[in-house]
Amino acid sequence: MPDTPVPDPPVVADRHDAVCVIGAGVSGLTAIKNLREQGFAVDCYERETSVGGGWNWRHDRSPVSSATHLISSRPLTEFPDFPMPDDWPDYPHHAQVLSYLERYAAHFGLGTHVWFGTEVVSVSPVGDGRWDVTTRGTGGGAERTQRYAAVVVANGHNWAPRMPEIPGEFRGRFLHASAYKNPAILRNRKVLVIGGGNTGCDIAVEAAQQAAEVWHSTRRGYWYAPKYILGRPADQINATMLRFRLPLWLRQLLFRGSVRFTAGDLTRYGLPAPDHRPYESHPIVNSQLVYYLGHGRIKAVPDVTRFDGSRIELADGSTVEPDLVIAATGYQPRFEFLAPELLDVGEDGRPDLHLHAFARKHPTLAVVGLLQSDGALFPLAHWQSVAVARWLRLRIADPVRAAAVQQAESKRPQRQWARTGVVPTPRHWFEVGGTAYLSVLEDLLERMEPA
Amino acid sequence: MTLLRYEDWTSPVPPVRREVLSAEAARDELPPVLFVPGPAFGAWVFAEHWLSHTAGRGFPAHALSAREGGDLRAYAHDVVQTSAALPRQTVLVGHGVGAMIVARALGRYPARAAVLVCPVLDRGAVIRTGLRVNPAGTLPAVFGGRFRLSGRQLGQAEYVEKLRPAALPALRNPPRPVGDPPVLVVGSPDDRVVPRTSLDRAAARYGGAPLLFPGMGHDLMVGPGWAEPIDAILDWLGKELAA
Repeated sequence: MPDTPVPDPPVVADRHDAVCVIGAGVSGLTAIKNLREQGFAVDCYERETSVGGGWNWRHDRSPVSSATHLISSRPLTEFPDFPMPDDWPDYPHHAQVLSYLERYAAHFGLGTHVWFGTEVVSVSPVGDGRWDVTTRGTGGGAERTQRYAAVVVANGHNWAPRMPEIPGEFRGRFLHASAYKNPAILRNRKVLVIGGGNTGCDIAVEAAQQAAEVWHSTRRGYWYAPKYILGRPADQINATMLRFRLPLWLRQLLFRGSVRFTAGDLTRYGLPAPDHRPYESHPIVNSQLVYYLGHGRIKAVPDVTRFDGSRIELADGSTVEPDLVIAATGYQPRFEFLAPELLDVGEDGRPDLHLHAFARKHPTLAVVGLLQSDGALFPLAHWQSVAVARWLRLRIADPVRAAAVQQAESKRPQRQWARTGVVPTPRHWFEVGGTAYLSVLEDLLERMEPA
Repeated sequence: MTLLRYEDWTSPVPPVRREVLSAEAARDELPPVLFVPGPAFGAWVFAEHWLSHTAGRGFPAHALSAREGGDLRAYAHDVVQTSAALPRQTVLVGHGVGAMIVARALGRYPARAAVLVCPVLDRGAVIRTGLRVNPAGTLPAVFGGRFRLSGRQLGQAEYVEKLRPAALPALRNPPRPVGDPPVLVVGSPDDRVVPRTSLDRAAARYGGAPLLFPGMGHDLMVGPGWAEPIDAILDWLGKELAA
């Protein structure tokens, strides 16, 4: 037999007009659906073997714990074109959210467009607006490169833990909140929870129900919103105030009033007074934290300054000696497969994207779901992906109008959609006000409306 | 396009137990079809023939009764809820006021396709026709009261006693359907509820011409020739799904 080698297959398989979506969680699924609706072929790559992203508790990067419930109510959380069952509770459990996402995927036949168990290694531009996407099976195997007309990044931002920088060494058990799955590990322990965000408050409450002793360390005072006000989910009351265009100062006044009528001044429990007005930080929604503070089950303590063996020093000079420390210090968005300049990542590590979604120099690259909103992410990710899909369609169908839209968008002031008045914390830089953001998207969508 | 849906966020439609009649198909490759009658009728009107006939042609078929005491928003909510609960993207078939409900639901739910049968989209035209053919039953609706079809107006007089009088809702501007589904308008030039001009206008709104079945009344799903329109609808659907 002559020793002629079999010719290598082409290095890059061209997928022509197809769009690549990275991730099959909330944002990826809605991106697939809305791109399909605009007539695009879609290849979605998902490193896990099932849909749901972080909401799927089976996934090793999932941040949910057994008691995770929504903190925004059902009507404000569901996708605008696929409601959750109306007989579900106001604040569904995470397992219900996962089943909702699974039904969404099945209903719209999204699974057939997803390559499960496949992770994206690199995404690089080829020059004409197209992209080479290199993938690899999570179980190993050869890398494979395919060429796409556009890339939609939907890899989520709540999976890479942000660790607190605390000098010294702690001899007890130390966990990031992402590794906290079950309140059983709290039982009869002395627990210190670090972090005043929603996760930190949820874990402090669970610790209050299970642990022997609980300290909750927060750097600043917050405005704690209850889950219910006037017999309705609090976000529905808030939406009512926005509906009738109550000015911010009046909403702040009403917020202060509602706190005075219920929990009252929290500094009597040792919490610092908020250093900002209501609505000026990412909202904390927790009805039970104040309840357990009032029962003395949670002790509010200041910032942690140093670990010293079994002792932990606090900013006021006092010490505590827990067996278990849980750091609910948030997550760090990561895009390892993209060169930082593609997303205009600055020195602070933050991408600079138009509407936190569109790459400024690459019209065929977008990120969906990179938002911290005062409401739920699902509707925002839905409308973002509708806008991305319409934009990609308009570029092909009507390049002249697309150029005009791009021109107009480049003049849109950032203060229209980004919430700049929020307390600066490393966790919250892609903060948006849900309704303000949606009205900007509505404006953009109207400009791209098919004639 | 409305992104800020304050009404849905702040006063959600209260849940009810919905009456859904179903006929399962032997296979499940084809999308489910949800029939939506007007509030004067109930799911029963499709259970007479069309449900089993549709299932017999391979489409899982369901029919939803309008809730008691609902308004157009609540009816459309029930259609979207029922569709979203089905395993796959659903084909909506609305009849009469049910077509108005479907037209509203299409603004919220990306149906696989939609069929508007004898659609009541133009309330004024229906009232004008009714005043001519059935003044006693129509007059209350002029003043916001209940509309009562007569046997002559309906077509098959024996079904009149099964109807429940219902207010005639109005839909000012049917929303642009989300997801851009194919939409078919079906009717009869001899319908004594929905005049021919209304059919033409409804079809033009969705970019087509009505499919007409001369000689049939408003109740073409229970009239003697009931098989002909449903077969035509399912033929059209088959073609659209293959496209």
